[in-house]
Amino acid sequence: MNEITLTINGKKQIIPAKAGEMLASLLRERLNLTGTKIGCEEAECGTCTVLVDGEPVLSCVYPAARANGREIVTVEGLAQNGRLHALQEAFIQYGAVQCGFCIPGQLITAYALLKQHPNPSRAEIRHALKDTLCRCAGYPTIENSILAAARSLRTGEPIEPPKIQLSAEKYQVIGRVVMRPDAEEKVTGQAKYSDDLKFDGMLYAAVKRCGIPHGFLRRLDISKAQALVGVEAVLTAADIPGEHNHGLVIYDWPAIVGIDERVRYVGDAVAIVAARSQEIAEEAVGLIEAEYELQAVITSAVQARQADVPDLHKSGNLLKHIKVRKGNMEQGFADADVVMEHVFQTAITEHAFLEPECSIAVPLENGRMEIYVGSQIPYQDREQVARILGWPEDRVRIVGQLMGGGFGGKEDIAGQVHAALLSNVTHRPVKLLFDRHESLLVHPKRHATQIRVKVGAKKNGCLTAVETELYGDTGAYASLGEKVMTRATTHSAGPYEVPHVRADCYAMYTNNPPAGAFRGFGVTQSAFAVESMMDMLAEKLRMDRVELRRINALHVGSVTNTGQVLRDSVGLTECIDKVEAEMFRLSGTDEPFGPRPVADAPHLIRSWGYAVAYKNTGLGGGAPDKSGVEVELYKDGCVEVRTSAAELGQGLVTVLRMIVAEELSMPPEKVRVLVMDTDLTPDGGPTTASRQTYVTGNAARMAAKTLRAGMTSALAEKYDQPPEKIRYIEGLAQVDGHSVPLSDVYVEMKSNGQEPRALYEYWAPETKPLGEGGDMHVAFSYAAQAAEVEVNTNTGEVRVLNVIAATDVGRIINPLGLEGQVEGGVMMGLGNALTENFIVEDGHVVTDRLARYRMPGIAITPNIIPIMVEHPAKDGPYGAKGVGEIVSIPTTPAITNAIYNAVGVRVDSLPVDQEQILWGLQKAIGPQPA
Amino acid sequence: MTLWQEYLQPKTVTEAITALANAPGTALPLAGGTDLILDLDQGRHPPIHTIVDISCVREMLPIEIRGDELFIGASVSHTHIIDSKPVAENAQALIEACELIGGPQVRNIATLGGNVAHALPAADGTIALMALDAEVEVASSKGNRRVPISEMFLGPGRSALAKNELLVGFYIPLKHKNQASAFKRVMRPQGVALPIINMAVWLTRAEDRIADIRIAVGPGGPKPWRALEGESDLRGKIMNDETMASGLEIVMRDIQFRTSPHRASSEYRRQLAKTLFKDTVETAWKRTSI
Repeated sequence: MNEITLTINGKKQIIPAKAGEMLASLLRERLNLTGTKIGCEEAECGTCTVLVDGEPVLSCVYPAARANGREIVTVEGLAQNGRLHALQEAFIQYGAVQCGFCIPGQLITAYALLKQHPNPSRAEIRHALKDTLCRCAGYPTIENSILAAARSLRTGEPIEPPKIQLSAEKYQVIGRVVMRPDAEEKVTGQAKYSDDLKFDGMLYAAVKRCGIPHGFLRRLDISKAQALVGVEAVLTAADIPGEHNHGLVIYDWPAIVGIDERVRYVGDAVAIVAARSQEIAEEAVGLIEAEYELQAVITSAVQARQADVPDLHKSGNLLKHIKVRKGNMEQGFADADVVMEHVFQTAITEHAFLEPECSIAVPLENGRMEIYVGSQIPYQDREQVARILGWPEDRVRIVGQLMGGGFGGKEDIAGQVHAALLSNVTHRPVKLLFDRHESLLVHPKRHATQIRVKVGAKKNGCLTAVETELYGDTGAYASLGEKVMTRATTHSAGPYEVPHVRADCYAMYTNNPPAGAFRGFGVTQSAFAVESMMDMLAEKLRMDRVELRRINALHVGSVTNTGQVLRDSVGLTECIDKVEAEMFRLSGTDEPFGPRPVADAPHLIRSWGYAVAYKNTGLGGGAPDKSGVEVELYKDGCVEVRTSAAELGQGLVTVLRMIVAEELSMPPEKVRVLVMDTDLTPDGGPTTASRQTYVTGNAARMAAKTLRAGMTSALAEKYDQPPEKIRYIEGLAQVDGHSVPLSDVYVEMKSNGQEPRALYEYWAPETKPLGEGGDMHVAFSYAAQAAEVEVNTNTGEVRVLNVIAATDVGRIINPLGLEGQVEGGVMMGLGNALTENFIVEDGHVVTDRLARYRMPGIAITPNIIPIMVEHPAKDGPYGAKGVGEIVSIPTTPAITNAIYNAVGVRVDSLPVDQEQILWGLQKAIGPQPA
Repeated sequence: MTLWQEYLQPKTVTEAITALANAPGTALPLAGGTDLILDLDQGRHPPIHTIVDISCVREMLPIEIRGDELFIGASVSHTHIIDSKPVAENAQALIEACELIGGPQVRNIATLGGNVAHALPAADGTIALMALDAEVEVASSKGNRRVPISEMFLGPGRSALAKNELLVGFYIPLKHKNQASAFKRVMRPQGVALPIINMAVWLTRAEDRIADIRIAVGPGGPKPWRALEGESDLRGKIMNDETMASGLEIVMRDIQFRTSPHRASSEYRRQLAKTLFKDTVETAWKRTSI
């Protein structure tokens, strides 16, 4: 076969055949149809779905030659004559578009479904989209969008708007439904992510990783790789011009491990290659010979603390001993009528953002370098790249790209420094794209933990003491391990007012892949432990488990474990009440926590479970927490907001657009947002700790207010009116009965010599380090959730039917984004409970393919009922506080508590193992008749 | 690494066999490719010189009644099997199995021939075909022959197909009024999407008796496994709890479950087999009265 003839989106194409080529790379690399994304290259995730002769197939494993003579439809072919397809419209209007990386696959799969079934049921949608994964996990919204689109296509009526909870407070823009600025490009396939970019003369990079968990690199031979035709550079540690280590807090992670240095996990780099093609780069990596002197492997945090194990770092294996002290433990347990103690285990889990890491380094003629990358912390990327190159920071520019999810997994350095080193030597652009396998092996995960909880309580349920001991496995390098485990520790007694608290955490280095930030930031783990314990305590006290939480719940005036007085915005009790009421309504019973066999299927037992949580907003702990935003008025009357804060899919760009539109009383569509560029945008700080709506939101608000004041003074001058007489309505200034377009305001300001822009650096209120008392955090978000499960007593299988999620968000800013956060958070919590387990054996990763690491799909998505509670935070923008993490935290314990309530088996180790459920329930209630 | 050099798309079995035989280097047939492509891409299989794409081979694409048998071509996709009326009427267990394999995108490509040729002891399609007592049509340069499906397997991942032989399709006896089949499986929510255990049952009912029965279980051994002794025990007996208990005892006596790390212990599989046995036999039994 010399050429391939195929019709793509209605256009006939004749293309020379290429040996070994898949359809996805033909589309992306040779036809520049980059709307089709590659998430895994192993037929697991569905992002690469295209239609071949009307049927959805996975183009990443579909030989291009097989497409000969066939008709292909990609996401670029859905809109016709410049008009969006109803599915595209509905996805935008319903907020189904978040990071957007899976959206082409979702749209194409749904498009094929509607061709066959113009009036699909929910079950048919779930069947069709079963393996088209979305890690933002807005599955209910995706489902509703498809139903709305189908209705519109059948009736010819416009898309019916979504039903959604708006803010109770009346603002013009805030708390109303506003579309994402990037939604349209994401549904048409025009949106560019890092791997969609190409540069002239670009080289492709690959990394030789050690593949062993622990040892010393004794010999390295790169000569064969260097000799391979098409290889442009092979670099080792000896070729690093600057510092050798990177890191977010501690510089302990070698960019490349040198001869006689220690490799500490399978993903450590020992050499890097740039070549004219990806294939050549990978072949060259295969030719590099390395020999190691193997060392004993440390496989767990508990083992790492034992005396007879080697030290992985000069400082030893203890990254940090974290302590929380409040009151007097002896007194606390002496005051208790009941004391209980239990040990819980949580697994390593993986972010599995659908877009694998990609960095492109581009050298500039002026001696500077640009790095195109999707990063959660652009300015820290700049600092780390410059450090490794031995350059001043301003020689490096990070040009942030659209990101296909992050969830904490794109905070550390991935390929940025390697691409930069190779580009620096070759003087050519270098792309380093991780495939899914490499992504799974290399980037930091969620910490595996062991958590012992001991509680004391009075007969009436009042907690008298909580003592916890945590072990956190931070893997080979620190990453954000100390911060993550600090959060796990300070939150380990739950969102309760407890007079006596003691918590000790040992964050330990091991030879597992590093662990760092992951949505929930340690609190996911400790909430599972303490919320399981609260249910165990309720049972022992024969108390209602909701009441037990209610009487101990933090409220305004409470003092936290770390000595912080909560002065405002504590909506926990309202969350507890609302979830309880909804649970009663939905279950139609007064005893939702009792086991209920399904009629006609008595081996299926249902029950509800309940859990609550809190999570800090912002860095806290004494870290300066600031963000810069610049707002500028343009000649066309539009305004641009600029900050380096990151958009990972969570919807910050919408929030910033809304805040600026609110402050300037203009339509949100007239506000453009530019993020993540270290040359063009001020430093917004890291996108972590649920902080951006609060910190950068405040900065945007203040910058917009400053710009507005400047606009007002210019108009006041021109029209000789007092400033208070000047108003703004619907994008126009109102002066003395005149309407002045903002484009005229721009001209006026310019002619006055006034720059039509304002920069504001917002500093969040000062916080105190752990141990000093006072305000450790600027705000906390609170949540209560109830989950209904169904356990199959014949097999141990568990299904989640319903999740009610109430969250105190302070203030609803962006209702569409908020609902997406709740759905996605619940699904990530469900995955953490039931499907996700990143397995490492003796330092070797077992789950090194997506096929072995399962994230939840639409087929197991429960009915999710989001309830927003608004207890405004004094210093948050309009009262808002963080939401990205809190929504995910109570889900896991709500599910495991429900399992206990259904069948009497206490899950104390994650994820839930259905085999253990079966054995447990046979022990608990005797063997079931077969 | 280039995974293959030549890609051929023959239209007939003869062309395909010739292409395989005449390839200048290594050559392999590729049906759906949902397994082979991944094996190549992930380095479990070395690159191949010539891929012989058999997805368009004419003789391997029909689903049709031939005499008193149903023929299903080896290159028919799972989706087409699921949507097929003759399959629904004659081989419900196969539909149920095919519906559970992969997701829709994979089922649009993956073929029943590939499922069998891959020779995994718990392949859903294979287990269904075992209970349905399918015969396999195998083509080679010497001509075509028919082989009982149970003789197609040598061990895990090793089929009895010789080099340059092709699976053309499957013959399944047409279902009579008093016959029915059923397929069930249990999965684990973590890790690879392979069944922990699956089971297919075909039976003939005479009034309240089990006139004939076939039971296939995966992974009941290194090869797709039939519970032959258990079937003998059940054959001719009145369907009641006692019969079921006795049949189950024999099945459990003969079956060889292994422990798969991170997936299931052999004890768990044994426990599930008991549940699945009752569930699958009863489902098939109930269907005979419809």
